[in-house]
Amino acid sequence: MPKVTVDGQEIEVPAGATVLQACELAGKEIPRFCYHERLSIAGNCRMCLVEVKPGPPKPQASCALPAADGQEIRTDSPMVKKAREGVMEFLLINHPLDCPICDQGGECDLQDQAVAYGRGGSRYHENKRAVTEKYMGPLIKTIMTRCIHCTRCVRFSEEIAGVDEIGALYRGEDMQITTYLEQAAAHELSANVIDLCPVGALTSRPYAFEARPWELKKTLSIDVSDAVGANITLHSKGREVMRALPRVNDDVNEEWLSDKGRYQVDGLTKRRLDRVWVRREGKLQPAEWTEAFGMIASSLEGDKASIAAVAGDLLDAETMFAAKALVNACGSNLTEARQTGMTYDVSNFAAVNFNSTFAGIETADAILIVGSNVRWEAALLNVRLRKAVKAGAKVYIIGPEWDPTYKATFLGSDLKLLNRIPKELGDVMKSAQRPAVILGAAALAKGALPAALKLVDKFGLVKDGWNGFNVLHISAARMASLMLGFTLPGGMGDIVAASPKVLLSLGADEMDYAPYAKSLKVYIGHHGDKGAHHADIILPGASFAEKDGTYVNAEGRVQFAEKAVFAPGDAREDWTILRALADSVGVSVGFDSFSELQAKMIAAVPALGEEGLADYGALPKADSGAKFEGELAGYPIKDFYLTNPIARASEVMQRCSDELLHGADVKEAAE
Amino acid sequence: MLADKDRIFTNLYGFQEWSLKAAQARGDWDDTKALLARGQDAIIEEIKASGLRGRGGAGFPTGLKWSFMPKESRDGRPSFLVINADESEPGSCKDREIIRHDPHKLVEGALVAGYAMRARAAYIYIRGEYIREAETLQKAISEAYDAGLIGKNACGSGYDFDVFMHRGAGAYICGEETAMIESLEGKKGQPRLKPPFPAGAGLYGCPTTVNNVESIAVAPTILRRGASWFSSFGRENNKGTKLFQISGHVEKPCVVEESMSIPFEELIEKHCGGIRGGWDNLLAVIPGGSSVPLVPAAQIRNAPMDFDGLKELGSGLGTAAVIVMDKSTDIVRAISRLSYFYKHESCGQCTPCREGTGWMWRMMERLRTGDAAIEEIDMLQEVTKQVEGHTICALGDAAAWPIQGLIRHFRPELERRINEHNAKFAEAAE
Repeated sequence: MPKVTVDGQEIEVPAGATVLQACELAGKEIPRFCYHERLSIAGNCRMCLVEVKPGPPKPQASCALPAADGQEIRTDSPMVKKAREGVMEFLLINHPLDCPICDQGGECDLQDQAVAYGRGGSRYHENKRAVTEKYMGPLIKTIMTRCIHCTRCVRFSEEIAGVDEIGALYRGEDMQITTYLEQAAAHELSANVIDLCPVGALTSRPYAFEARPWELKKTLSIDVSDAVGANITLHSKGREVMRALPRVNDDVNEEWLSDKGRYQVDGLTKRRLDRVWVRREGKLQPAEWTEAFGMIASSLEGDKASIAAVAGDLLDAETMFAAKALVNACGSNLTEARQTGMTYDVSNFAAVNFNSTFAGIETADAILIVGSNVRWEAALLNVRLRKAVKAGAKVYIIGPEWDPTYKATFLGSDLKLLNRIPKELGDVMKSAQRPAVILGAAALAKGALPAALKLVDKFGLVKDGWNGFNVLHISAARMASLMLGFTLPGGMGDIVAASPKVLLSLGADEMDYAPYAKSLKVYIGHHGDKGAHHADIILPGASFAEKDGTYVNAEGRVQFAEKAVFAPGDAREDWTILRALADSVGVSVGFDSFSELQAKMIAAVPALGEEGLADYGALPKADSGAKFEGELAGYPIKDFYLTNPIARASEVMQRCSDELLHGADVKEAAE
Repeated sequence: MLADKDRIFTNLYGFQEWSLKAAQARGDWDDTKALLARGQDAIIEEIKASGLRGRGGAGFPTGLKWSFMPKESRDGRPSFLVINADESEPGSCKDREIIRHDPHKLVEGALVAGYAMRARAAYIYIRGEYIREAETLQKAISEAYDAGLIGKNACGSGYDFDVFMHRGAGAYICGEETAMIESLEGKKGQPRLKPPFPAGAGLYGCPTTVNNVESIAVAPTILRRGASWFSSFGRENNKGTKLFQISGHVEKPCVVEESMSIPFEELIEKHCGGIRGGWDNLLAVIPGGSSVPLVPAAQIRNAPMDFDGLKELGSGLGTAAVIVMDKSTDIVRAISRLSYFYKHESCGQCTPCREGTGWMWRMMERLRTGDAAIEEIDMLQEVTKQVEGHTICALGDAAAWPIQGLIRHFRPELERRINEHNAKFAEAAE
């Protein structure tokens, strides 16, 4: 532990710390542009210069200098002040003075630091540099004249995303950051460079000229576009969510967010269900709440128990608990959340959980992925896997090929080859200190869970302080639904067999409605998607942004999201609809307010009351007779950008899908 | 004047063949096995004792540099020698003469130096524009391979040593040692942050020493003739012989090997036939290639041409590329042209150099015509100070120094131009 002196204050810093980190530990602010905690050190902006003794008689870049015992660091000397002023002046001479029309204004590092460390006036009287426009796709808007060449975006795409799509051309003052051939940045995490860009060179294209940061209300929320549960902040203006930005949570999303989580929010205002609809003579027609509730109640007359509920992928735990309470109060137990018909055993939650945790999987040294396109199913997890590979992990994948961005061996897509482990795979897994298996949704659908549990013993996946057995879900609601017991042993098949008179579809847009021709299909949801098309009654509900709610991500992490805006029109928070429906049907669900609902839910499932990882106990004993069967023909996600009703309604996501996945011609809006 | 018998580069002018046979006739590759047999530490000690300082410009003691290399590889990483033949400094042309007329001196030096620092291979990074030179060097390397002088069991010493030639693509910055390493690895030629220094993690992350062509090429001769012979030339701390490259307004521009610390006047009179138009016509001299500040005529005349002597004059020996300018020179334009060069060659990685070189050049262009205010001279001086010492590599310093030299010695000239220019426009406005 080296001891250094920062501005006369002696502190001890961890071994391997840089001078910049030492200064921060001492509570000194060090201005910087190129330095970023999660990227490699470039040392090229020269803004973080400090005076260090012993050393050459010139200021040193603190971000790249290791802190050494006995160093005397000054951040407040005239030399440092002059150096900062000088660098700031250089950065500004070719930076356009277009802050009033720049989207970064108000959250711009250059602006802030120019105020704090700049000279206040310009001495530059030559012409400023202008850079030709670049094209980086439908998400990233570029004004490269503003670029200060910090290369954060270059390092992000190389190091974190793993695709060499951004780089620098030319040299000296002609240097330009570009995607080389001006192709769209086609990566699930590409928009993170917008957050990284310290100036307005890379800004958000969909959000261009929409709002200023100080006008926005910030609400803490959870991303529901996949089962990672990325922590986000919803920025809203009035009744509209303007944008979603990631929040730092090292356990979940570090500080990244997938493009879908970030940009599907414009779908929150499109194709919304904002009034009650009832199907009359085969056509959906506007109606009143009372009429709809009456129809449901009369359908159930005499046989209240003939009701079933199916939960969609975006639901919070409270909504599911309320639905389950209603169905149970009616005397039925028909609730199912695995709407695509999966029937895996849920008697032990550890067996269907991502036990290594997302942060933990980084430390794995041998990973077998069975039936998961991780890049599309959990883009942020793929970043972790990439880190593990960089640290030396070997990755094997069973399933159709996809581009993982790191070195991985595809063993084929036949699950049966796991009945006799290939020698190479077996050797690597058995000799690994921290082996891990990731079982994806495609494998779950093939019923591979019991056989996969046999790998626990075979590979020694469970060790002291390490559980390498992982199931990766793709639905944000999945783990909560399992914990709430929103499942049936036979899955959707049980509901079909029961042929209920009333089928409540809680935003279930991926299910097959064909077997329920005789049921009264009630859709409670927020978007006019597949579920609404098949519904007999539509009751408009609230999206994740419009209600408080508890979510549990794929690793069993309980997280709480807050309400950012009000639902549009007649739409109500889902639990209130279910509560009112209980009255019309004539049953009691036992809660009258959201807090009562939450209290009841926590009483039923205490783990949902505590933020953080739920404890699911030990893995079950594997069934020795279980065998892998079948061939993985594909993955459940066919189009990364259009996996849920919000994304499908989003113009931005549709454009991404067209352009990035289906190669449609670049459609530049004629602005 | 250096006696012919004391010259290291005996075929500097190409009067004889460059081929292996001719080189051997001149004494190269003479029992190199015996040189290697002295052992690594003995070779390094000999070079240290000779007082050889790096000939690439910075003047770091060569033997000391070699001794930084690891004595044994603890983790299996090999060591590398990188030879800097990316001679792009305006005014410099010595490496070119060595490579095209005496390439075997370099190849033998590579083996000896590489062996001393326990390197697995040497990479010679040659300037892209040196097309014929690269051809010659490649042929010389092939000759040496065929003769068993390098490669497996080099010279029968039992040591395996490879020499590779790599051609640059015409970027000045790739002459900076870490940028050269980046370029060799196939990346954009941008200097790396130091630390880590190349001796710890250089080419492909392995311990690497980067040396100038001349430093390497003189090594075998020093070993053969002894450190005391080499150190008998020059002043204390500035030992040995050196290739001087005199260009500009002298009667006979030339590249010549001379003993270090030779007074400027002697160098010019003996080898270049004097200053064009006589000594009274001398305006200024840039004694070490474009990156060092100029020295006005009065100060340079008796100055010893070595590292310390020129440092005392506020300049430097650099690569000993002496650019002589007589009174017909538009000195402001000359320096402005150098500023343009640095603006053009800045890699663009770090802020002060990327933005500062362009600013300095534009201001120099205005000073050239006098289209400026007097205060702007001070501002330019301040801008050069904001660049100098704030960058990752020394290109920022190199861009700043010529301008600082100009302002230091020719401020009256700058002010005269400004006053004349502004007076002209003041009249016009009336």
